[in-house]
Amino acid sequence: MTEYPNNLSCTAFQAQLPELIGSSQNVAEHPHIESCELCRALLADLETIAEAARQLFPVVEPPEKLWEQIELAIKQEQGGSVLE
Amino acid sequence: MDDPTPQAAEAERRQAAEEAPVADLKPRSAGLARAALTNPMEADVLARAQAGDHHAFAQLYSLHKRRIYSLCLRMVGNIAEAEDLTQEAFLQLHRKIATFRGDSAFSTWLHRLAINVVLMQLRKRGLQVISLDEAMEPAPEERAGRSFGAADLTLAGAIDRMALEHAVNDLPAGYRLIFVLHDIEGYEHNEIASMLDCSIGNSKSQLHKARLRLREALRSYPRQEARR
Repeated sequence: MTEYPNNLSCTAFQAQLPELIGSSQNVAEHPHIESCELCRALLADLETIAEAARQLFPVVEPPEKLWEQIELAIKQEQGGSVLE
Repeated sequence: MDDPTPQAAEAERRQAAEEAPVADLKPRSAGLARAALTNPMEADVLARAQAGDHHAFAQLYSLHKRRIYSLCLRMVGNIAEAEDLTQEAFLQLHRKIATFRGDSAFSTWLHRLAINVVLMQLRKRGLQVISLDEAMEPAPEERAGRSFGAADLTLAGAIDRMALEHAVNDLPAGYRLIFVLHDIEGYEHNEIASMLDCSIGNSKSQLHKARLRLREALRSYPRQEARR
């Protein structure tokens, strides 16, 4: 179990956040988070943003002309030979 | 009309393609990719495309065009550029498809190939994805011991998709790149560090800064909308 110092300032805690979030540790259990409403709100927002990014972005259809351009470029690379 | 592309540019593209290894990295979102490997129909299409069957290659394009185009669009945030990069990715695929040996899922391999194409383009534009100066110097919002968070201004828990898209598009290119690779495409920090030739700590730090920028943008979004 990870031992955390429990007397961190918000600034000191937030300086550690990138590493804490990027590790496998449960940041929500950090004593500073348990005692600091401000940093708890920050962490919740960052988690919301990460979760939204995973779920919200749609897959987009490219324009139909793109395949024609790719076919043409392939043909030119092959010296103008007919594609079969 | 002749192809206006200069031969030198073509030679450069080919050389760059050879220098960009397609590593076996598996994003969290590669479930479809692994499924594709076990799909006999796509395996057949892939084998025919590798043998030079143009119709099979067209089928592969149809199967993967949305994911590759979406990836390019998110990474560069510009439609015209995303089209060019998608075209270049599939041209490289056409050149390299015979070298795919099936060590990873095909779509994972293609995904990585497309990322290499985008990174190459960004580097040509002079983007320092991970600039040491940027990494060492605090962003304006981080200076003077300022800490983040305001209980009355937290996100409501639900984020509007359009707002998030706008905010991501407005990120500086380096931040957007790492945010897209990690939070949207599902790559781990060690994989991103390998792709971008930076440290894992830098990748974590840049991602954190990107999320902080997005938070600021999303918190001000309702106010911006109200002014419109």
